[in-house]
Amino acid sequence: MLLQGRNITKNFPGALALDAVDFNLLPGEVHALLGENGAGKSTLVKCLTGAYRRDSGAIFLDNQPINPRSTLEAQDLGIGTVYQEVNLLPNLTVAENLFLGRQPRRLGLVSTRRMNAGAREILSGYGLKIDVSRELSSYSIAIQQIIAIARAVDLSGKVLILDEPTASLDATEVQMLFSIIRRLRDDGLGIIFISHFLDQVFEICDALTVLRNGRLVGTSKLADTSRLKLVNMMLGRSLEEEIHKEKDRTASVDPVQLQFKNFGRSGHIKAFDLDIRKREIVGVAGLLGSGRTETAEILFGAIGHDSGEALAEGKPLRLTSPRAAVAQGFAFCPEDRKRDGIVADLSVRENIILALQGQRGWLRALSKSEQTAIADGYIASLDIRTPDCEKPVGQLSGGNQQKVILARWLATNPRFLILDEPTRGIDVGAHAEIIRFIEALCDEGMSLLVISSELEELVDYSQRVIVLRDRAHVAELTGDAITTTNIIRAIASDGHEDKVSA
Amino acid sequence: MNPRYLPLLATIAIFILAYALCYSQYPNMLSTRVVGNLLTDNAYLGIAAIGMTFVILTGGIDLSIGSVIAFTGVFIAVLLANTSMHPLSVFALALLISTCFGALMGGIIHTLEMPPFIVTLAGMFLARGMAFVLSTESIPITHDFYDTLQDVFFRVPGKGRLTLIGIIMIVTVIVGVVLAHRTRFGSYVYALGGGLPAAKLMGVPVARTTVCVYALSGFMAGLSGIVFSMYTSAGYSLAAVGVELDAIAAVVIGGTLLTGGSGFMIGTLIGVLIMGLIQTYIIFDGTLSSWWTKIVIGGLLFTFILLQRGLVWVTSRARI
Repeated sequence: MLLQGRNITKNFPGALALDAVDFNLLPGEVHALLGENGAGKSTLVKCLTGAYRRDSGAIFLDNQPINPRSTLEAQDLGIGTVYQEVNLLPNLTVAENLFLGRQPRRLGLVSTRRMNAGAREILSGYGLKIDVSRELSSYSIAIQQIIAIARAVDLSGKVLILDEPTASLDATEVQMLFSIIRRLRDDGLGIIFISHFLDQVFEICDALTVLRNGRLVGTSKLADTSRLKLVNMMLGRSLEEEIHKEKDRTASVDPVQLQFKNFGRSGHIKAFDLDIRKREIVGVAGLLGSGRTETAEILFGAIGHDSGEALAEGKPLRLTSPRAAVAQGFAFCPEDRKRDGIVADLSVRENIILALQGQRGWLRALSKSEQTAIADGYIASLDIRTPDCEKPVGQLSGGNQQKVILARWLATNPRFLILDEPTRGIDVGAHAEIIRFIEALCDEGMSLLVISSELEELVDYSQRVIVLRDRAHVAELTGDAITTTNIIRAIASDGHEDKVSA
Repeated sequence: MNPRYLPLLATIAIFILAYALCYSQYPNMLSTRVVGNLLTDNAYLGIAAIGMTFVILTGGIDLSIGSVIAFTGVFIAVLLANTSMHPLSVFALALLISTCFGALMGGIIHTLEMPPFIVTLAGMFLARGMAFVLSTESIPITHDFYDTLQDVFFRVPGKGRLTLIGIIMIVTVIVGVVLAHRTRFGSYVYALGGGLPAAKLMGVPVARTTVCVYALSGFMAGLSGIVFSMYTSAGYSLAAVGVELDAIAAVVIGGTLLTGGSGFMIGTLIGVLIMGLIQTYIIFDGTLSSWWTKIVIGGLLFTFILLQRGLVWVTSRARI
């Protein structure tokens, strides 16, 4: 056993982030650490590398108990980490990045010549022949990633933790990285591989550990694990749990309102076709990192599309920026409410009128009494629990904040509303209310696109479900085919596009 | 060619071009006498700008140096006038105070995570105020040792003089170059400018480096104050107002990125010389107002900011 974590527990105020998790890494093994957002992957890694102090449990390296207090100490012990971003210094040369803090010296002065020679030697072991005296920023992300790995391996040399190393690489770069990972594995390193890309996990890994809600779901050899089993482990439901719903699921017969043809952006989301009918709720399902949020952002113009076109009732639409999208009657409640949604220090009233005022422009200001009337109207109709409309929105609960953002967009009277994880992190009561609003809005004639990781919820209200995997739309479910089982199958299925319909 | 040398090369090209223009109009400007005076007249600015370069390379700023120069000058003048201390021990004391002052600001910036702008702005008012507490009048320095120091110079061919304070500046630049480019401390300075989170992850001693950089800037400001007192033979609390801004301008014209992480010590020297050259030209011309110096420096600053912006843009697109 190379690296072993036993009963690792970590408490954060108000949440148990890790609950007695065991983790075992063998030498010469690539071990995937999997789980949805908030499952505890990064907390586990931070406990193993000393970035966090664990509350209880023990860590063994080569069967010796270790107790790293910082990532630097863990690095000296032999555990190196390469993060997705913020690894190295773009303004230093490649050689300086490899040798920072341990540059070879002569007579007290750094010997650049020897440092560069050393850097070239290290990198030649990775098949990289580059000018090491150039700044790191002059190289591609993939090469920077390899240099980061080279530094981590050179400094630690026993365990290498790769936190989403492939997130911003293209297919050939991923292969280049994988050949290096394989070589390091063959040299006897233990590698922990964290990724949301299941295809990559199945390609490179030997074993996997799945976490969910801070608990260990299971550890197994990859050879013994099917995709379906893995997705079930990650999402935490078994296929038997199917609940059939009695709701009438006739597909919308209203005319197509919005058409997106071959819409996409390389590096973000593969081009897709999507029709949205009037009075229709389209659900979007997929694992974290599968391109759900990217789909929403590209439709809303928050990231520009580089292929395809959008049509509204047959006429072309310009969706170059969120502002243009809002002008076309689009609205978008983002996933990260705190960062992208609310303006925490502004009042409920100011938050609600924000989009409407933005749409009208600053010349046509809403008077204070109009603002209050609009805000009070939505506070009543959406049942936002606030003493009055002047309370800073940051002081409300998550569910009420979500309603404020919803109110902000409803005030612009949109025809197409995109909701990204509208029910995340809000209590059960508000949860049910939001779902009721979603259905009510649809009945009033609005088109909605709802992204959610709560599959039951999607099954409940969607007339169609789009399934995403590895940043591409891979399946579309309609009618009675919309079941959690089918969604999980589509997420787990291997590469081939399939259309399941009633 | 490595694009990071581009701002430095641009600075050198501008300097050569400017000098060639001056020479074409006033051939005397290429004499060793003019060059010697250029070094002497700008010694205090050059020394202060070297300290400032270290601070700016970390992504910080030090607004206190002009005030520290004035304080040091008044401090020396008051001690020499009222005590029988030898100037050398007064110098040592002045350097100790200015270095500790810088270190204190660095410590505050690091431990309280305050923006360097605010902390050194407070330092600027504090040091200027302390100078006024010591004396509001200009105090002349009359000491035999000062006369000796002022008479130290090397004659170079062509009637030029390389004075002591000119030599001190050149030595400072050499020390700065070695410190920045050939020591681990220097690489830590660049690392801080490259990004604090990454620098921390890579094991850079952030606290020590931050304190050392501001202490170094304080030391350089103190040294600059000593040189200034030799240059003017006086200590005056209203002296060297705005020198910190001249120093920042010299650093930026020298090709150092104002956001930190990129630049060369030698560029700062050339930046100082460009500013000195403009002033010399105006003196030679005799009819131009000295405010033209500011106008030209303003234009140069804009040019360099644009150049750096363009360079960042180009390098971020042209990745291998």
